[in-house]
Amino acid sequence: MSEKLRVDWRASCSLVGTVVKWLSVAMAFPLALAAYYGDGVTTFIASMVIAVAIGWGLEQLDDDPDLGAREGFLMVALTWLAVSLVGAVPYVIAGEGTVAQPVNAIFESMSGFTTTGATVMGSIGFERHSRALMMWRQQTQWLGGMGIVVLAVAILPELSVGGAQLMDAEAPGPGIQKLTPRIAETARALWKAYLGITAVEMALLYGLHLAGLAPDMTLYQSVAHGFTTMATGGFSPAARSIEAFSAAVQWLIIPFMVAAGTNFALFWHALNGEVEVFGEDTEFRFYVGVLATFSALVTVLLFAGGTAEQTAVGPIGGEVEKALRHAIFQVVSLVTTTGYASMDFNTWGTPAQYVLFVMLFVGGSAGSTGGAVKIVRWLVVLKSIKRELFTTVHPEAVRPVRLGGRALDEQAVRGIYAFTLLYLVIFFVAALVVYVDAARTGMDLIALDAMSAVAATLGNVGPGFGIVGPMNSYLPFPSTTKLFMVFLMWIGRLEILPVLVLLTPTYWRS
Amino acid sequence: MRVIIVGAGEVGSSIAASLADLHEVVVVDTDSERVDALTYSLDVLAIQGDGTSLSTLRQAGVEQADMIIASTDDDETNLVACGTAKTVDDPFTIARVKNVDYLETWQHAEDQRAFGVDFMVCTNLLAAQDIVRVIGLPAARDVDPFAGGIVQMAEFEVSEESPIADLTVRDADRFDSLTFAAILRDDDVTIPRGETRIAAGDKVIVIGSPESVQGFAREVAPTETPSQNEDLVIIGGSEIGYHTARLLEERGLHPRLIERDAERARELAEQLPNTVVMESDATDAEFLAREHVGEADAVVATLENDEKNLLVSILAKQLGARRTVAVVETTEYVSLFETVGVDVGINPREVTAEEITRFTRELHTENVALIENDRAEVLEIEVDGESVLVGRPIREAVADMPEGFVLGAITRDGEFVVPRGDTVVEPGDHVVAFVERGALTDVSAKL
Repeated sequence: MSEKLRVDWRASCSLVGTVVKWLSVAMAFPLALAAYYGDGVTTFIASMVIAVAIGWGLEQLDDDPDLGAREGFLMVALTWLAVSLVGAVPYVIAGEGTVAQPVNAIFESMSGFTTTGATVMGSIGFERHSRALMMWRQQTQWLGGMGIVVLAVAILPELSVGGAQLMDAEAPGPGIQKLTPRIAETARALWKAYLGITAVEMALLYGLHLAGLAPDMTLYQSVAHGFTTMATGGFSPAARSIEAFSAAVQWLIIPFMVAAGTNFALFWHALNGEVEVFGEDTEFRFYVGVLATFSALVTVLLFAGGTAEQTAVGPIGGEVEKALRHAIFQVVSLVTTTGYASMDFNTWGTPAQYVLFVMLFVGGSAGSTGGAVKIVRWLVVLKSIKRELFTTVHPEAVRPVRLGGRALDEQAVRGIYAFTLLYLVIFFVAALVVYVDAARTGMDLIALDAMSAVAATLGNVGPGFGIVGPMNSYLPFPSTTKLFMVFLMWIGRLEILPVLVLLTPTYWRS
Repeated sequence: MRVIIVGAGEVGSSIAASLADLHEVVVVDTDSERVDALTYSLDVLAIQGDGTSLSTLRQAGVEQADMIIASTDDDETNLVACGTAKTVDDPFTIARVKNVDYLETWQHAEDQRAFGVDFMVCTNLLAAQDIVRVIGLPAARDVDPFAGGIVQMAEFEVSEESPIADLTVRDADRFDSLTFAAILRDDDVTIPRGETRIAAGDKVIVIGSPESVQGFAREVAPTETPSQNEDLVIIGGSEIGYHTARLLEERGLHPRLIERDAERARELAEQLPNTVVMESDATDAEFLAREHVGEADAVVATLENDEKNLLVSILAKQLGARRTVAVVETTEYVSLFETVGVDVGINPREVTAEEITRFTRELHTENVALIENDRAEVLEIEVDGESVLVGRPIREAVADMPEGFVLGAITRDGEFVVPRGDTVVEPGDHVVAFVERGALTDVSAKL
């Protein structure tokens, strides 16, 4: 049997080991915080030792790993799984609250790295969890945002060959844009842009605090929210998410969420002096158009009949600024798959909630940190439908689907159809699985909640509606459902195909 | 001036014919039959040999040559011939190419000396430009821009239904900035006077501002006024077809292009965002009917083969297309095409020869258009202080010019100046004039 295998899994696992080993370095930051706050130093030292041990152990499988195309898929998929498992270790060791339980820890860790932002923490707050552990939770999102593998390609020389393939398997959206001849340099450029914008956001948030416009936005909070905005993650150390902060903070976060959902290659071009790329990029224009249109729609709905009786926020019906702010914030947050909430949208009228439900499927731009289907795929699907309508009347017409000035390859168009359809099929099947599993354990779950929970985890959005609403958590689900959602988040982050291909026999044989 | 022409095909021969009167012409060709034919038909020196070889060029007298015109059917041969000539001496080199990429490379080089070529003409592009000009003015048989487009020369055929048939020139001339340059009737060229009567079947040559030419076109053929919504169909995705579509797109038009080959159709569709490319055989009558090709304002046939172009043009005409333009590769077929019902036949080689001839004229000649197989020319000339036209009213100056000379338009600092009897031409002005062939030598000397 093993002779038939055509995939060098040892090489893949060995490189996964290298990445896991380096993950221990990332734990230095929460360790430093733990030392500063005098709480939980041993948790992170132990976690680092475990990470290094596991990483080193995996590395022993192959001392000179050689990655081919197939090994690349395996390595990328396993990296995310391994990193999420090792990332769960601090939660378990710390033993604080509900996330200490292993299944919950894995869920929280996977939700972090995949920038989903769905939580199983029973109560969020520093009374229950140490600041260091909370920061680890925020930090996993930031690491996962631009991509663990992109980061690995940027810093690990052994990944320079075949790096494009690895990044392609991981990066959101169809295809990868090489910005520089060397892939490692492209990876570094993307990470630099990511790092730079994150730093700017942190500085501005803290600046608001210093200016007296955001009393609760302390330095710790600024760093935490910088980490989770730019990753389109959505974890917040505040139990009430961004509702806990002033209107100024909410307004400030909106443009950064928009930036996080933008193709980072555009920032790279802009930094090279080509600012006009934003206006010229078809996807970016469509993205901004979608955000503006749906924000306007929700604003009108909220202004006309929004209620907010159960929340700390005052009523929004008839209040222009509030209707505008919450509508834009929520639409941007869900389209970019950030998953922050400026208020509990579970309290909104049904029409507004349904608009938000549709937003769960839109997604950010290709090459951004956002999840879900991605705006560029919808654009291509819409354009192909328009093409079909035209060719029905003119059967001989030859019409390439154009994106900007470029005509798309028909194979790429087919790939986009396939992905979009597959995404929707998986969504429906998974919703059924979640619904049935809940019924099996006697959990009271309505269909819309099940669907929104699946859409939110598969699309790496985070909050959904009803029991998984922005102020609630995924804690009530049975463990089996939680593990199934871990799987959904995993395949959602890698855009399904790189993981599904591993499940086919042809992948493993000739 | 000593001119070496490499390639004695249609383009080379045509250029040689128009230069032979005024210059020493040496023609080089590899084909001995062509060389023999030229030796007896034209007063030129014809040499058999390869124009890319140094020894052949030496034999042709490249050291004494002022100009090399490489006009074979092969792009690379032409480029190499120019490059080779430059290694010996510094003659002015002109290369004819089909591939637009070479033209782009040449235009891109800052000193425009890429490949050792001083002037480059692109056959396919010129033909497409000609087609677009003709479509832009549907009633015209021929249109040429002068002075960077400020002045236009156009040739119209007067049909029986035309409102100007049977009018005198004085009655027909209702446009300020338009000059009636000539009337071609059968084989005669008439220089019109006020009382000259325009008959049906005449071809009228006018020179003026584009707006007045457009206005005159409306006068001559009111039903054929072009607009942005013009329904244009191009049949055949050849290079000429592609460039025609591209140039029409540049004018804000949305043509349709029919190409049979699936791969080529896809390629064209990718390159032409504002053109509807259709993959079909243009002789499929059912397809043509379904796509309403018969209702098109103009159908352009740009297939690779003359017979097919004729066939689709006539088919389109029969279906009701208002106007047909066909690319005709064989020079002799042009008049035949126009006889059997194709409205305009465009011969890429003729267009190329015209363009090259422009560069071989006297140094200050800026532009030239050949009328009716060389029976006359429309010239653009930048006048200097020594010209007989300068410094006195046109009425007096023109009296000194030979018969067969008509001053059509003047531009000064890029502005159109209406030529009247008392207008005074200044040095540096550009004049656009119609000149009969017989008067050419005399006119050149006086200007």
